[in-house]
Amino acid sequence: MMASFGNQSTNADWLDSLPLSGLGKVNEFAIKFANVNGTGSASANNLVLKAIFRMGVPVSGKNLFPSNIQGLPTWFEIRVSESGFTARSSSPDIVVAMNPQTYRDDIVSIKPGGALLYDSSWPLSSDFERSDVLNVGVPLSRLCSEKFPDPRQRVLLRNVSYVGAVSGLIDLDYQILSELLNETFHSNPKLQKSNQIALEIGYQYVKESYVTPLPIRLEVRDLNAGKILIDGNTAISLGCVYAGATVAAWYPITPATSVSENFESLCERLRTVELSNPDGTVSNVKNFAVLQAEDEMAALGMVIGASWAGARAFTSTSGPGISLMNELLGLGYYAEIPAVIFDIQRTGPSTGMPTRVQQSDILLSAYASHGDTKHILLFPGNPNECFQFAVKAFDLADHFQTPVIVLSDLDIGMNDWVADEFTWDANYEWDRGRILGQEELSKIAKFQRYSDQDEEYVTSRTLPGKDSKGAFFTRGSGHDQFGNYTESPEDYIKVMERLLNKHKASVNWIPEPIVRIRDKAAIGVITIGSCEPAVLEALDHFEKDGIEMDYLRIRGFPFHQSVKSFIEDHEQTLVVEQNRDAQLRSLLILELGIDPNLLMSVLSYGGFPLTSDDVLTRAKRILKGWDRCPR
Amino acid sequence: MPSIIKPSIPLIPLAKNDLGLTIRNYEGSMSTLCAGCGHDSITAAIIRSFFEMSLPPERIAKISGIGCSSKTPTYFVSGAHGFNSVHGRMPSIATGANAANRSSIYIGISGDGDSLSIGAGQLVHAIRRNVDMVYLIENNGVYGLTKGQFSATADVGSRAKKGKANKVTPIDPALLAISLGASFVARSFSGDKEQLVPILKAAISHRGFALIDVISPCVQFNNHNGSTKSYSYVREHELKDIETSYVGEFSEITADLTQGNLTSVTLHDGSEVVFRSLPAGYDSHSRESAIAYINGAVARNEIPTGLLFIDEQAPDMHQVLETTSEALVDLSYESLCPGGGQLEKFNQSFK
Repeated sequence: MMASFGNQSTNADWLDSLPLSGLGKVNEFAIKFANVNGTGSASANNLVLKAIFRMGVPVSGKNLFPSNIQGLPTWFEIRVSESGFTARSSSPDIVVAMNPQTYRDDIVSIKPGGALLYDSSWPLSSDFERSDVLNVGVPLSRLCSEKFPDPRQRVLLRNVSYVGAVSGLIDLDYQILSELLNETFHSNPKLQKSNQIALEIGYQYVKESYVTPLPIRLEVRDLNAGKILIDGNTAISLGCVYAGATVAAWYPITPATSVSENFESLCERLRTVELSNPDGTVSNVKNFAVLQAEDEMAALGMVIGASWAGARAFTSTSGPGISLMNELLGLGYYAEIPAVIFDIQRTGPSTGMPTRVQQSDILLSAYASHGDTKHILLFPGNPNECFQFAVKAFDLADHFQTPVIVLSDLDIGMNDWVADEFTWDANYEWDRGRILGQEELSKIAKFQRYSDQDEEYVTSRTLPGKDSKGAFFTRGSGHDQFGNYTESPEDYIKVMERLLNKHKASVNWIPEPIVRIRDKAAIGVITIGSCEPAVLEALDHFEKDGIEMDYLRIRGFPFHQSVKSFIEDHEQTLVVEQNRDAQLRSLLILELGIDPNLLMSVLSYGGFPLTSDDVLTRAKRILKGWDRCPR
Repeated sequence: MPSIIKPSIPLIPLAKNDLGLTIRNYEGSMSTLCAGCGHDSITAAIIRSFFEMSLPPERIAKISGIGCSSKTPTYFVSGAHGFNSVHGRMPSIATGANAANRSSIYIGISGDGDSLSIGAGQLVHAIRRNVDMVYLIENNGVYGLTKGQFSATADVGSRAKKGKANKVTPIDPALLAISLGASFVARSFSGDKEQLVPILKAAISHRGFALIDVISPCVQFNNHNGSTKSYSYVREHELKDIETSYVGEFSEITADLTQGNLTSVTLHDGSEVVFRSLPAGYDSHSRESAIAYINGAVARNEIPTGLLFIDEQAPDMHQVLETTSEALVDLSYESLCPGGGQLEKFNQSFK
């Protein structure tokens, strides 16, 4: 059955013949925008995302972009879910196909009963037509050519026109879209006007040509009260500002770049102070220093130098940067210097796929550097935790005088998530750890850097530039408990044992895992980071099939004992993570002494954000092996 | 890096500086370098410079990388914090420390391997940033701690102890620094304290990156015939056309300034560098002039020493970053945290 609609016909009859699966999807569907990168589509797609958010419906956007500036395929997937499942959807209900390079695959990906929105300025090849989807042709290029003379503007405005068409098709609130455009272009009335026209022509065309809305559509709800739409990298940079960080050193790398760039622009606004000069003029001075380093080694070197001098300092990077930073992570660990490192993980090894997601720096980070090391790791799972853990990372680094690595990932870092509004505890006090100032030094006979350990195996440090009584020599070479150079086995071991105990003691400050316990579930599921929404959705599917599973998300390393008891309390535990080698599972086995037979891996590591289907397919295969497969 | 504590026996009544400190207060542990090592003479010059400038030990921060030279910060100013970091990474550590606390006086000690091979990238960028620090390269042309391999400053044809000649072109740290836009570039010889001390003092007073390349012969692995970094070779080939004095703010030798043929440069802290003699046509403020002078000398197998180039006006890292004059480490948490009200505004902007 052909499903070609010109300007003339109505789609009512055809809708009647559609398979039922596509029908009645109010506030429960996914839209995929297939674009060419560098054409300005991202802002149009974000417009849709934000408008849905303002309609009060839970939503998420996944930007599947290439490591390229212009001309390659890029997709933006929006998942709308009134029931709150905002993981990436494995197949879209609606495709907005704006990229001829990927037309065929994009059309194939539509769920039966879904809809295709395409530019009908040219006829759609019959090869691409699917009888089980609704083909909505809108002559976007022709409409825009008629309205807008400037070719570049035309390309950009065509994007806004398809937003208008989408608005008409699925009841995406036109008023909200119009307001958003006015907000975006408030400083440029000319652009504001042309964008409004572009929005309107797309909208009017579908309203005149099709029976709208489609059964796949939106309705206003009030489910986003107290919520914001934010990406994890912005949340981290805000956390760094609130933690009182003053020095950032970084090297540009996808997907971490926006952490330090945002930090700098936030500080430009919040930490620039006006000073009156004696001559009556006013100058601006900055209460921060952001250094774009020559590479990641230098970036961490600067952070360690700044932390040694007493500042709160951080760097942001991704896997390739962590590889380079190994040397200085060992120095920070052994010489006991605080440092905060944000690793926004992408796929490896080597350059890998820079714009794709994995959690594959877990083992590298846990034991970074040659020699025996163990680092404190934090694993945020959403933008709220990015904000909170950023602050926590500085407290932990200062308290335990050691590098702390925050392992976020590309999905959390660069995509917009619906998050709870951020809150700030007015009583928060930063924990600078054991630093002896002049007053404390005056009370002791002699300062020795590594000798006065407390119950958490932390010793006191002093800062340079303050008091020569506190002077000591920081070194990455073998040292005894007084900080002197040593090649003595006993002295060396004494320090190394204390460092191990210090790492163990830090567990009391690590965020507890998120746990959800069902009644008498025999199977447990452990996951990490951005996998959470897909895993929870998969568990919901299992529950509907009568299989209940307990859930635990790990949020830091060293691991809490509660993780061990969770595993031991279940007959079997699935570990869901996005890497090939089951790195989280390995770390659990190594560090908690878990029987490997208790942990089965659910691995999906192709680089796209995890879907519940990814989890279900693989988990079912394992359950089948245990004779526990649902139907 | 073994170190031996020095016995504190006052031999003769020692002179005191303006802070009431003696030269002993600027010493460190006993050196464990080889007897006759050029590096120990440099350490002595550093001690004398800090002592004579009456710098409070706690204001000094000593940072180094890895290698024989990088051991030396333990041998001076024991009342200063020191940081013996990792190989080739001293520039980044010093950059970060300086960013955090601009009130300290930073002295970085490095060698030719540490600075020009493994650390070349970091050195280059510290120069570009004009980090306010003294950067000393104790240059002996060999890797000493690993027993005598050529470094990147070994001259073509210079022979190793076992006779092998170097065939790879050397890096001249002074030329490198001048061409990169360094604001203070000098060369000296560890055997010439009278030249090195005023250069060190001027480098300490200079606001910005002050690179001093000090030829410092390695008595174990590079002090034989056929080496171009031996004591005898450097003595024979040193070109000392440029003579400078350092005049501190209240120095009694200010009177010299009235003599003819002197040019003086006023440094950021009010002290002055006085050029007592300069080769004809040489302009210490001109990169072209300095580069031509060095290249001419190298062609004649000469080693030009002295303060080769200075730009006392170049903005340092903090001026470029427009950071507050207060050290960032001294800012209170209250002045850094925007507070809950501001966070509420952020929330509204993400709706």
